[in-house]
Amino acid sequence: MDWKRFSFIFLIIIILFSVVVLIGQVKSSPIVIITSMLATTIAVATPLTLGALAGVFSERAGIVNIGIEGMMLSSAFFGWLGAIYMFHVFEYSIGISITMGVVFAILAGMAMGLLLAVLSITYKVDQIIGGTVINILAVGLTGFLNRQMFFGRGSVFEGNVPNSPGVLPTIHIPLTEIFSPLCNSADCILVVTSINKVFDQKPVAIAAILLVFVSHYILFNTRWGLRTRAVGEHPKAADTVGINVIKMRYANVIIGGAFAGLAGAYFTIESVPSFEPLLTNGRGFISLAAMIFGNWTPIGAWTAALVFGASQALNINIQIFRDVIPPQLAFLQQSYIVGLIPYILTMVILTGIIGRTTPPAADGIPYEK
Amino acid sequence: MTKTISETVLEAKGITKKFPGVLANDKVNFDLRKGEIHALLGENGAGKSTLMNVLYGLYHPEAGEVFVNGKLMELNSSRDAIHHGIGMVHQHFMLIPVFTVTENIMLGAETDHRASSNEKPLVILDRSEVSRRVRELSHKYGLDVDPDAIIGDLPVGVQQRVEIVKALYRKASILILDEPTAVLTPQESEDLFRIMHELTQQGVSIVFITHKLKEVLKVADRITVMRAGQVVGTAKPKESTEQSLAEMMVGREVILTVTKKPSKPAEEVLRVEDLRVKDVRGLESVRGVSFSVKAGEVVGIAGVQGNGQTELAEALTGLRSIESGHFTLSGKDLSGKSPRQITETGLAHIPEDRQRHGLVLSYSVADNMMLCDYYQPRFSKGVVVQQKQVDTNAQKLIKDYDVRTPSAFVAAGKLSGGNQQKVIVARELSRPVKLVVASQPTRGLDVGSIEYIHNEIIAMRDRGVGVLLVSAELDEIMSLSDRIIVMYSGKIVATVNREDASREQLGLWMAGAQHEQV
Repeated sequence: MDWKRFSFIFLIIIILFSVVVLIGQVKSSPIVIITSMLATTIAVATPLTLGALAGVFSERAGIVNIGIEGMMLSSAFFGWLGAIYMFHVFEYSIGISITMGVVFAILAGMAMGLLLAVLSITYKVDQIIGGTVINILAVGLTGFLNRQMFFGRGSVFEGNVPNSPGVLPTIHIPLTEIFSPLCNSADCILVVTSINKVFDQKPVAIAAILLVFVSHYILFNTRWGLRTRAVGEHPKAADTVGINVIKMRYANVIIGGAFAGLAGAYFTIESVPSFEPLLTNGRGFISLAAMIFGNWTPIGAWTAALVFGASQALNINIQIFRDVIPPQLAFLQQSYIVGLIPYILTMVILTGIIGRTTPPAADGIPYEK
Repeated sequence: MTKTISETVLEAKGITKKFPGVLANDKVNFDLRKGEIHALLGENGAGKSTLMNVLYGLYHPEAGEVFVNGKLMELNSSRDAIHHGIGMVHQHFMLIPVFTVTENIMLGAETDHRASSNEKPLVILDRSEVSRRVRELSHKYGLDVDPDAIIGDLPVGVQQRVEIVKALYRKASILILDEPTAVLTPQESEDLFRIMHELTQQGVSIVFITHKLKEVLKVADRITVMRAGQVVGTAKPKESTEQSLAEMMVGREVILTVTKKPSKPAEEVLRVEDLRVKDVRGLESVRGVSFSVKAGEVVGIAGVQGNGQTELAEALTGLRSIESGHFTLSGKDLSGKSPRQITETGLAHIPEDRQRHGLVLSYSVADNMMLCDYYQPRFSKGVVVQQKQVDTNAQKLIKDYDVRTPSAFVAAGKLSGGNQQKVIVARELSRPVKLVVASQPTRGLDVGSIEYIHNEIIAMRDRGVGVLLVSAELDEIMSLSDRIIVMYSGKIVATVNREDASREQLGLWMAGAQHEQV
């Protein structure tokens, strides 16, 4: 990531935010709008961030991963299913059930990662096909099981879809409590509480941001990272200095699966307590775009994910101000037009307008001794 | 030079290694003494690299034992070899272009200077400590490298030094150099030989793999010759000549120098004017080149790989589009024309990469032999190919050009490199052509095939055909050319007649020294 990319991202985010501020200023103060946009941006960028990290680990090790979408979808389903079973069948408490749901989601992601690894590393299947297999498998498997587990003959729930035990709670960071005593005006308190909203995020969202920096450090400053990148750039060279290429690739693809699994948990355990077929809705592919725009680096991919997050935040926030949209911008009332923004951005970004990025040299090429 | 060559540091006994259908090493014995340069000489496919890969732990032999410092060793991976002090510089460098010198050197030995284990994967890299040690090593052995440079930015000669430092960093006392001079300019080779001597003075023992006879006689203390998977014998450089070594390598008498009559250049067949061509990355790699080739002469283009020769040859054969300038063949302007139009005007092309651009490997020999003119009446009636004519043509060419193949219907990919090249030569040179563009025509071939191809090129010249020979091998340029053009960085830096050319001067030009036209 160079300054050109970062400034491009910054610019787009500012534009998206300004649109909402300009429209909404008749109703709320800019600080409230900006902080609420920021909070939404961070929250909705979570699955994109984690998906992009899944891609970074897998592709840095030399395995093209277009199966992120499928990995997310299946872990969203299995995490949700796990939580329901823990709660309704094994009758654990809500807290344990949803925590275990997250664990199940991660395990499901890892299992899908393992499948991709077996196909593309051991059997040297074309990696695009391997990823497509995962995407198709996930759609079929989750759709089928979703029907079968709840409505099928002999299912525990006999056609009654039970309520999910709930979603992960927001972690409150007590900024307001700390700083509001220093305030001596209502405006100041408003600012403090608004800013506090940005930091009040749910666990997966917070974990995603921490994982971005941890991953970046691991990738560029540890032995694991050096070896991972070596295996993705020039596996033969890594082999000649005694690095087990196959093992490194397996491990990284499965780690990538775990990230995609956590992204899946975001959908059904953190965001909403329900599952519906195809709920990932292309987020896995947008993650890939973020990864590419971020030049296969965690921090770069995260900032790119934030752009997509911001465009989604625009979509959500503009609904609040529907009634004050000026007539000359009436098209913004159509949610399907605003909803297109992330996808249009994906295309614009991938055209290479701000210069091309370089994938790892051995990305997509099976290793043969 | 005073050095005591005594104790054996590395010994291989009865190494046998089979690949499907090939006995790559057949009970091979080899030994290396402390502080010596032991050359391993042999043709491609003689089993040199296989033997070294066994010693480096990359291949597991079916039979045989390896002793390091007198102790029997179990070499199961390169990690084991590194642990026993064996380092290898591969022919194709094992360096990661986007990493720095330091990162490349520490890779796989991040903490303990030898192949470190997989424990503690999250250990933090200490780049400054490693680069300090790299500076120390490069100072000690006279290997000048900048630890913070990115590999991809360095010239090949320097990359090779990095490879050597990488081995020394792992405390290697036995160094295997696999065809180290293949990618170097003559000056860089000299530099390498100096470094090799420096290393042996400090007690490092070196196995030097090559097929270049001159170099062997110059730097080796002992020479072992391999042929067809077996060791033919061991010789001393003082008691050997290029001729005797070549005969050991090939197993029969070979004529190393091409015998040719003086050339009789006639009218101009190829004229190139201010040609500019871009390479794959979109950078201009041929930057305004003008020259001409006359009928009945061989013009050699010398230059280190990657100085625009490849793009020049591709442009002349219609495979790459031209940015500006033009060229004519027998007076006909062919710039921007399709390969077929160029071929039909009378150009034969022996491409640089015979497997990718010269042949369709999965097609039979017979089909490959008609790729240029399959659509013409001699092979086709309308859209139907006349199989009979194809076969007759193939049988004739196989006989005329001595292609060793089980039949005309064997896939071209199954033949050896030399015979594949003969298929291309047969197809291209049997047509009525006015100009032959031959790119690296003998790269990777054995001495016998080289001899054959060289004679064919001279025969074409004597029949009044113009030949443009592109080669990175200075010896080849020197022995075939009537005129020599040196390319550097996309431009012609010198043009000389063969009689006025010296190896040293050509080497300097290839390295970028400027020269006014002679």
